[in-house]
Amino acid sequence: MRRTSSDGVGAAATVVPAPPRRHRPRRARAADSGRGDVRSLTALPWLGPALVLIAAVVVYPAIELVRASMSDYSITGLRKGSAGLANYAKVLAHPDLGTVLVNTVVWVLAVLVLSLVISLGLAQLLGKEFFGRKLVRWAVIIPWAASLVITARLFTLLLDYNYGIVNRFLIAVGLRDTPIDFLGDDRWTMPSMIAVGVFVTVPFTSYVLLAGLKAIPADVHEAARVDGASPWQAYTRITLPLLRPALLVATVLNIIYVFNSFPIVYTLNDRNPGFAHDTTITFMYKLAFKSADKSVGMSAAAGVANVLLILVVVLAYLRVSRWREATDG
Amino acid sequence: MSTSAVVAPGSSRTSGPGDPPATARRTGYRAVRPYLLSFAGLVVAALFALPYLVMLLDALRPGGDVLTTPPTLFPRTWQWGTFGTILADQRFRDWLVSSLIVAGTSTVVVLVLAVPAAYFTARHRFRGRTIFLLVVLMTQMFSPTALVVGLYREFFELNLVNTYMALILTNAAFNLAFAIWILQGFFSSIPREIEEAAQLDGCGRFGTLWRVMLPLTLPGLVTTVTFTFIAAWNEYVVALTLIQDDARKPLTVGISSYVTGYQQNWDQLFAASLVAIVPVVILFAAIEKHLVGGLTAGAVK
Repeated sequence: MRRTSSDGVGAAATVVPAPPRRHRPRRARAADSGRGDVRSLTALPWLGPALVLIAAVVVYPAIELVRASMSDYSITGLRKGSAGLANYAKVLAHPDLGTVLVNTVVWVLAVLVLSLVISLGLAQLLGKEFFGRKLVRWAVIIPWAASLVITARLFTLLLDYNYGIVNRFLIAVGLRDTPIDFLGDDRWTMPSMIAVGVFVTVPFTSYVLLAGLKAIPADVHEAARVDGASPWQAYTRITLPLLRPALLVATVLNIIYVFNSFPIVYTLNDRNPGFAHDTTITFMYKLAFKSADKSVGMSAAAGVANVLLILVVVLAYLRVSRWREATDG
Repeated sequence: MSTSAVVAPGSSRTSGPGDPPATARRTGYRAVRPYLLSFAGLVVAALFALPYLVMLLDALRPGGDVLTTPPTLFPRTWQWGTFGTILADQRFRDWLVSSLIVAGTSTVVVLVLAVPAAYFTARHRFRGRTIFLLVVLMTQMFSPTALVVGLYREFFELNLVNTYMALILTNAAFNLAFAIWILQGFFSSIPREIEEAAQLDGCGRFGTLWRVMLPLTLPGLVTTVTFTFIAAWNEYVVALTLIQDDARKPLTVGISSYVTGYQQNWDQLFAASLVAIVPVVILFAAIEKHLVGGLTAGAVK
C-alpha cells in the first residue's frame, strides 16, 4: 500500500497524459502517503453487499470442501469420520501426481502465453476502423459465446481420427497421407488441447485488452505522433505501459481460468485411460469418480491443493508485476 | 435492462478530438491500408467462425450422418427442418427462457454490487483494501466443480434447490471478481481531476459516479456485461446439480439430453447450441458500439 513516488509507474497507469501534479488537493495526496485516506468503516456500504454475497455463496461451500478433505468416506460417499491429513498424504503419494503437475504447467503456460500474444495483435486489429469491423467483432465473440462443453464436443468430432473433417482436409490438400490421431496419439494430445484452449481463450482476452486500449485517451497517441515516435516506439513505450491494468487483469484471470478449465481437458482427453494428459482439475474429478480410488476425501484434498496452487501462482505473478502500483489510482 | 440504464448517458460519446484527422501523407501503404485491414479482418473472422460453420452443416444433416467415414463437409442429404423442430419444442423454449432469466438477472446483480465496490476501491486507500481485492480474486480460484457439493447442501437448507434464485446467486457471486477487478482498473485510470471538477460543479458522490464516471468507463462496462452474461449463460455444473425440474433447466443442461446413451440426435444438439449463441451475439451487437476510445481525451487541460 506504500507508494514512495507519485510520479512513478503508478502515475503512468492513471492514464493522465502527464499533467502537472502540483495542484492536487490534499485528500488525493493523503492517498499517496500510504496509511489510507478513509476509514475502513466508510468502505462498508460500498463493499458490504459484495462481501455478503461472497461469504454466503463461496465461503460456506469452501469450508465444506476443506471439511470434506479431512474426512474419511466410504466408497458410496458416506462420511465415516475424520481422517486428519491422510487424504492429503494420499494425494501427494499418488504415482501420477508428477505427470499431472507437469501437464498442468505446460497447459497453463502454453495457453496463457499464446493467447496473450495473439490477443495483443487481435485487439489492435479490432480497435482499428475498417470496412466490416462489426462483422469481425461478432465473429470473434462466437467461441466465447458458445458453451465450452459444446465447443469441446465439437472439436472431438472435428479432430476425430475416422470421422474428423480436419484430417480429411489435411489429406485432401496433400499435407498428410494418413490421418493423425489428434486425441489418441501421445505426441498430439496435449498440442491439440492447447490449440483448442487458445481458441476459446483468445476472444475473452482480446476484448479485455481492446477495452483497455479504448480507455487510453487518444491525445496520448497524438502527442507521440507529434513528437515523431515511430509506430513501434509508440506501441512499446506508450500503449503497452498504459495497457498495464488491462494486461494484468487479463493475465491474472486467465491463469485462474486456464488452471480450472475442465471441459476441454476432460472432453478431448476422454478416450485415454489413466492420467497421462490430465491437469490438476480433471485429476481431482477423476479421483472421485473415475479412478480406482473413488475417494471423495482425496478429491476434496486435491481440490483444496489446487486452490492453494493457483493462489501461490497468482500471488507470485502479482508480486512480480507490482500490481498495486498498476491499480493505484 | 441494466445495460441500457448504465449506457444511457451516452451524450459524452460525441466524437471528440480523439478521432485522428487524416493528416498523414497518402503514401502507398496508406492507400492500401483499408483493404489490408478488411482482408485481415476477414481471415480472422473466418478462423473463429469456421468450426461453428461446420457445426451448422452438422445440424443440417440427419443425426446418424454426423459420424460417417469418410467424413464430408456438406451433408449427403440436407435436413432443413432441424431448427424448426428445435424451436417448436416446448422443452427447448422453457430452457431458453430459464437461461435468459438466470443470465440476465445475474448480470444485473453483478453490476449493482460490483460498480460501487470497484469505484470505492479505485478511489480510496483504506485498511483492508488489498485484502478485499485478494479475497474477491480468491473466489475465482475455487472451481464450481469442487464447491458444488457444499452449494447443494446450503441451498437445500435454504429450500432453494430447483429455483432460479439459487442459480442467480451462484452466478452473481462467481462473477463478481471479474467485474470488480476490471472496473477497478478502469475507474483508477480516469483522471482524478475530472471527478474533482464534477464535484466542484455540485455533483454529489453518487451523482459523480452515475453521471461522470460510468459514462467514462463504458468500455469496461461493456466487457463486464459481456463477460458476466456469457459466464452465467454457459454455466453448467451448478445448474446440473441444483435443478432437477426439467422446465427450469437452463439451456446448457437441457440440451445435453439430445445426445445421451439412448438417443444421439447430434443434429438437434448442434442446432440448439447454435440457437443458444444467438442471444449472446445480439446482446453484444447491441452494446459493442460503446467499445469506443478517446472518451477522456482533452478532458483535462
